[in-house]
Amino acid sequence: MKKESFVSIVDCSKEDILHLIQKAEFFEQHPNQRILEGKVCATLFFEPSTRTRLSFETAVNRLGGRIIGFSDAATTSSSKGETLKDTIKMVSNYVDVIIMRHYLEGAARYASEIANVPIINAGDGANQHPSQTMLDMYSIYKTQGTLDHLTVTMVGDLKYGRTVHSLLTGMSHFNPTFRFVAPEELRLPEIYKQFMDNRGICYSEHTDFSPEVINQSDILYMTRVQRERFTDLMEYEKVKNVYVLTNSMLAGSKDNLRILHPLPRVNEIARDVDDNPKAYYFEQAHNGVFARQAIICHVLKIP
Amino acid sequence: MEQKELQVAALKNGTVIDHIPTEQLFKVVSLLGVQQLTTQVTIGYGLDSKKMGKKGILKIADKFFEQDEINRISLIAPSVKLNIIRDYEVVEKQLVYLPDELLGLVKCNNPKCITNNEPMRTRFKVIDKEKITLQCHYCEMKTKKEEIVLL
Repeated sequence: MKKESFVSIVDCSKEDILHLIQKAEFFEQHPNQRILEGKVCATLFFEPSTRTRLSFETAVNRLGGRIIGFSDAATTSSSKGETLKDTIKMVSNYVDVIIMRHYLEGAARYASEIANVPIINAGDGANQHPSQTMLDMYSIYKTQGTLDHLTVTMVGDLKYGRTVHSLLTGMSHFNPTFRFVAPEELRLPEIYKQFMDNRGICYSEHTDFSPEVINQSDILYMTRVQRERFTDLMEYEKVKNVYVLTNSMLAGSKDNLRILHPLPRVNEIARDVDDNPKAYYFEQAHNGVFARQAIICHVLKIP
Repeated sequence: MEQKELQVAALKNGTVIDHIPTEQLFKVVSLLGVQQLTTQVTIGYGLDSKKMGKKGILKIADKFFEQDEINRISLIAPSVKLNIIRDYEVVEKQLVYLPDELLGLVKCNNPKCITNNEPMRTRFKVIDKEKITLQCHYCEMKTKKEEIVLL
């Protein structure tokens, strides 16, 4: 049987996405199952990411699987100069599936070519973080009842934010309308605009985070202007406080609007938004466990 | 037969690669692994050409390239023609095609790409053959024609 890895949202067809959403829905209703009993999963975090790792490990634990791994490459042989290839070869002898996060882009794809067990990409540098995209899409589906014909507004760091790029790719199967709100320095890269043009997807770009844009939206996807993605810290200081959502800005928004954020948030969503029923980012993080249960079962071909 | 003054000697059996842009000649030599050959090779540099002004030419005795091998030069010399010679006659003309995928040929310009940090072969998809746009199979970064760096 062909080994199936989960490396990039680009590899997922519309059917794959819908299948994973259906599975996530099932796990939300039945979160505790013994279906991974007797299986060992590795979580190899060459770069620390507490939230993602705990979410994956919760998913495995709730399915009755066991976990080995590390949460920081400093304690492993890769700090002694071992190649990724050797680490992956070694670990894939021990386990049934490898969940990995790496600071280099393309690391998960390469690992998937080397390993004889499936690889789940839990983030490779600034490239892909497909399980985040799946939980974002599951959250959109859950709150809107559909993925089709929605207006999705993305705000903040659209240049470096990989969650934005992946969500855009994933949603492109469902006839969306996009609004992109970002400062000039952090605009959506040209290649994504070309991608949307080729697919006939309707979008507009704004520098002004105005009520008009918010009021048309079904989903408001806020992102953090990430300090670690900047080489020029002066540029970061200039833009970090520009796009902040406050509760009063939501006064005229649609009833079905939900606010999403991949978290952690710094100050781009004011605390007074947290109590608004349209704030959905904490539930969104919770959905991550179900989405990841679905992904793990998908790669292990557990029906 | 009209007797022309030959700039390089005729070949009995082998391959003549003509109309190589002069500035790419030695890159072509390197990409085709000509240094590793044990047969006779004539390298003509800066020869007069009606079409190109100056050109490079390679005459390689007793060597016939597979299409995969020859496609390696398509990024730097897309319009060269290969003449396959048998017994002093051109028996076939071979063209160069840009393949769908380039293996171990191009460097990824992303310093954080795994291919620049592990001892491994690079791999690119050719996503636009007309404009020559490549995409790294690993980090997914796109490279435009003018940004292409050969390994």
